[in-house]
Amino acid sequence: MIPVSPRTRSRGSAVQAIDIKLLRDFQRLWLQGLAIAIVLACGVAILLTAMGMFTALDDTRQAYYERNRFAEVFVEANRVPRTLLPSVLDIPGVQSVEPRVQGIAILDLPDRTETALGRFISFPASQEPTLNIPILRSGVTPEAADEVMVTTAFAEANGFEIGDRFHANLNGQRQELMITGTAMSPEFIYTIGPGALMPDNEGFGIIWMPEAAMEAAFDMQGAFNQLGLSLSADAVEADVLDRLDSLFDPYGGLGAYGRDRQVSDSFLTAEIDQLNSMAFIVPPVFFAISAFLVGMVMSRIVTLDRAEIGLLKALGYSDVEICLHYLLLALMIALVGILIGSGLGTLLARAMAWQYARFFDFPYLIFRVPAWVYAMSAFAAMLTTMLGALRAALIAARLAPAIAMQPPAPPHFRQTVLDRLMGRMQLRQTTIMVLRSILRWPIRSALTSLGIAAATAAVISSSFMSDALARVIDLAFNQSYRQDAMVLFTEERPLSALADLRALPGVLQAEPQQFHSATLRYGPREKDVSLEARPVGAELSRVIGDDGRAIDPPAGGILLSERLAEQLGAMVGDVIEVEFMTGQREIHSMVISGLAEQYLGLGAYVEIGFLDQKLRRSPQMSVANIVIDERELDALHGSLQQTPILSGLIMMNENRRAFEETINQNVVVINAVYAIIAVLITVGVAYNSARIQMSERARELASLRILGFTRREVSGVLIGEAMLLAVIAQPIGWLLGAWISAALSNSFTSDLYTIPLVLAPSSFARASLIVLATSLVSVLLVRRRIDRMDLVAVMKTRE
Amino acid sequence: MVFRTEALTKVYATGETQVHALDHVDLELFEGELAVLLGASGSGKSTLLNILGGLDHASSGHVWFRDLELTAMRDRGLTRYRRDHVGFIFQFYNLVPSLSARENVKLVTDVAPNPMKAGDALEMVGLGHRLDHFPAELSGGEQQRVAIARAIAKQPEVLLCDEPTGALDSKTGVQVLEVLKEVNETIGTSIIVITHNAGIQAMAHRVVRLADGKIASVDVNDTRVAPHEIAW
Repeated sequence: MIPVSPRTRSRGSAVQAIDIKLLRDFQRLWLQGLAIAIVLACGVAILLTAMGMFTALDDTRQAYYERNRFAEVFVEANRVPRTLLPSVLDIPGVQSVEPRVQGIAILDLPDRTETALGRFISFPASQEPTLNIPILRSGVTPEAADEVMVTTAFAEANGFEIGDRFHANLNGQRQELMITGTAMSPEFIYTIGPGALMPDNEGFGIIWMPEAAMEAAFDMQGAFNQLGLSLSADAVEADVLDRLDSLFDPYGGLGAYGRDRQVSDSFLTAEIDQLNSMAFIVPPVFFAISAFLVGMVMSRIVTLDRAEIGLLKALGYSDVEICLHYLLLALMIALVGILIGSGLGTLLARAMAWQYARFFDFPYLIFRVPAWVYAMSAFAAMLTTMLGALRAALIAARLAPAIAMQPPAPPHFRQTVLDRLMGRMQLRQTTIMVLRSILRWPIRSALTSLGIAAATAAVISSSFMSDALARVIDLAFNQSYRQDAMVLFTEERPLSALADLRALPGVLQAEPQQFHSATLRYGPREKDVSLEARPVGAELSRVIGDDGRAIDPPAGGILLSERLAEQLGAMVGDVIEVEFMTGQREIHSMVISGLAEQYLGLGAYVEIGFLDQKLRRSPQMSVANIVIDERELDALHGSLQQTPILSGLIMMNENRRAFEETINQNVVVINAVYAIIAVLITVGVAYNSARIQMSERARELASLRILGFTRREVSGVLIGEAMLLAVIAQPIGWLLGAWISAALSNSFTSDLYTIPLVLAPSSFARASLIVLATSLVSVLLVRRRIDRMDLVAVMKTRE
Repeated sequence: MVFRTEALTKVYATGETQVHALDHVDLELFEGELAVLLGASGSGKSTLLNILGGLDHASSGHVWFRDLELTAMRDRGLTRYRRDHVGFIFQFYNLVPSLSARENVKLVTDVAPNPMKAGDALEMVGLGHRLDHFPAELSGGEQQRVAIARAIAKQPEVLLCDEPTGALDSKTGVQVLEVLKEVNETIGTSIIVITHNAGIQAMAHRVVRLADGKIASVDVNDTRVAPHEIAW
């Protein structure tokens, strides 16, 4: 006769007895199960949030770019005649072009004493632009010479209504302009002013002006200075860029570039990439911890259920059914986790997407978490949980019924070198119990510590961001940029103009600086940078070396940021080629005379006199850095707004304020989220591990109570072990946190900025404090069980 | 007199029925005596031992240990009482598996007011050569002897033994009883042994029989036999 399992035999009844056992087990374990499910839920929620936001941003961007025909290639030049356009269209792969006139101008806004900056862009009179089509959000497009359309964010930040007026200093002429409409554009999803670190919608805006008016204002009749291009599907972008460069060279071309270097798109891409890497780095940590917790709890259950397993087998249940029974129990925990995580993740993704929509200027947000993302996270959660439970389930399946119904052999302890050491140290027996138990189950102890370490690491790696940004702010504003404002000139001015600046009201100090777009080449590698020139001993804008001290670019050489040198593969002493995109587009060789630590941008620096000498000209400047007497600020703004040679004024304090505001908003939220996550992990690990300790040691602890040990002394064993593991976990957590921080700092590094690896001792202390306190609370919850222990009952039962 | 009980009653409420585990028990146990409490399963002997040992509370009645009224004491006081005066021996040894034989004994000598040396206690039970062995490395008889060493090491005034030979074969059981007898005679510890093994009564000074929570009889042994002569 073929043996048939009881399950197949009794298929008639709806609920099997073994299933009822499953439900009852689950009911009994609900608190432990919930603790695990919550950790799992964190993983699911983060995965959903990151993936949901990733898809939302990616879909929205794609739709926006397509609908509004965002250009694929951009090129800027001094002045290009429109007659060149047919040659551009002849370049293989070029589909359409959108020539524009653009320029920066100082704005004088009503009710605002500080000067603001506007990027003016020409808007075709007759038809819509072919590329980079703005979406009109209110009002109408500008037609008359004094009409403009501004970005919605700029209008909102300044409280502008349609019909409001403001003044602009357009190429030396003060002009009154009227707002006829507000718009958004795929070009300016992320709008950042010149020299700014963060968007400042109050102080910087995009302004569309009728083409004819722009041509008149910037002296560009029959010409353009910026071109957007779209490419055909078969185009090779690099070839197009090369052809454009040679075509625009005679017209002061600043180098053609693709979307990857378009400011708004590259910020957005960096953000989307971060979300993507977050989806793949963070959730696995949670899944691993919950797998470990499930494994820990399941092995304990299997140990406790030994006799029952033997009985079930004796009754004829197959190994597979037993194995499935325990896997199902783990699955139920996983389902609870998936349910909580999905709900939380959906809410969080939606909330975060709105936060992003505020930070980035999208006209709409295509928000949907695709079904496959839910399916994937649910699958990942189930898979890891089952993997965690597999070992215990297999042990249950492999137990021979006759052996299973006998009590398990007592745990084996053996004399080791450590024991002799402990003997010599005259430790209390209860202390020895704690130490031996940790040593007896080294893997379990190590994993418990590792789980708690992960919690510490989570706090550290989140606070690392704020520490790093504090360092960036300090270095940028207190060490490097110490000027109150940067005065931008429309074109390079002789140094003698500094005297005029110093004569303005409120200007206490003024120093010259030059900025040049340049391509640096070393061997096969090249990099487009902004080359800065400043005098030796400059006090207001300085280059800071790795040692935190100001360094001057040595005369006769070029100073590079470490990251730039690394990207060029060049070292101090190497000779690099510098091609200037400005002026006569000269090419010079320069020796790398030093390296500097830089967090923002790819810096390259020379001494201003050395540069003028190379370029064979009298001393010049394109920017002046000034220190302002606060009391005369209004007077200064007043006179600057009337000064024709200025193209802009950047107030560093406002820059800093905008930067700090944005950072603080994000940091506070992120820190809170990670602290909660750390607490949840700690509760999950510490509570479960203490529960298991309690269950395994009930007899031992009861023995101690009978021998006359007080409750406090007995709970000392339980708390001692849990807290010792938690304390051991701290240095591991610090290392892990430092390592994750380093990984994050690496993955967040782009051409735009570096996040320095700053590890502040206070952040480590805070992380440990949170985790240790949470561990203690978790263990104290379990400790109450010692108080309720029935001594007689425990001692009467055979283990 | 070591123990005196007066109308000692213990009622367990199981569901709707009430079980009188002890029903107005009056008993006196004397200094230096080895008493055996005999009775069938459910006769109340374990309950009596647990109350005498301060592990359980009485429902009514009184218990005195010398001048100390146990029935008037709170949990903290009972812990102190167990720590200072009582040694326990159980059927299932209840050793701490993570501590060696010597360390299990030290568990007690570290906290007791007037203990003997852990090594000496183990020497007394014939385990002087297995001091550093862990419970898992010892046989059942050896483990029970470690439990006895742990119980006597604090030089307790009373030793309460709940089925001390219950899990052992006759040969090792006899060894364990020899140790109890020796402790009783050399240190003068009062010993109360509860068992359902009627053979053991032959080595007692007095035999107390319990049935249905009441004392059925108290007999004094005129002639005591040595453990090795006990018919198992």
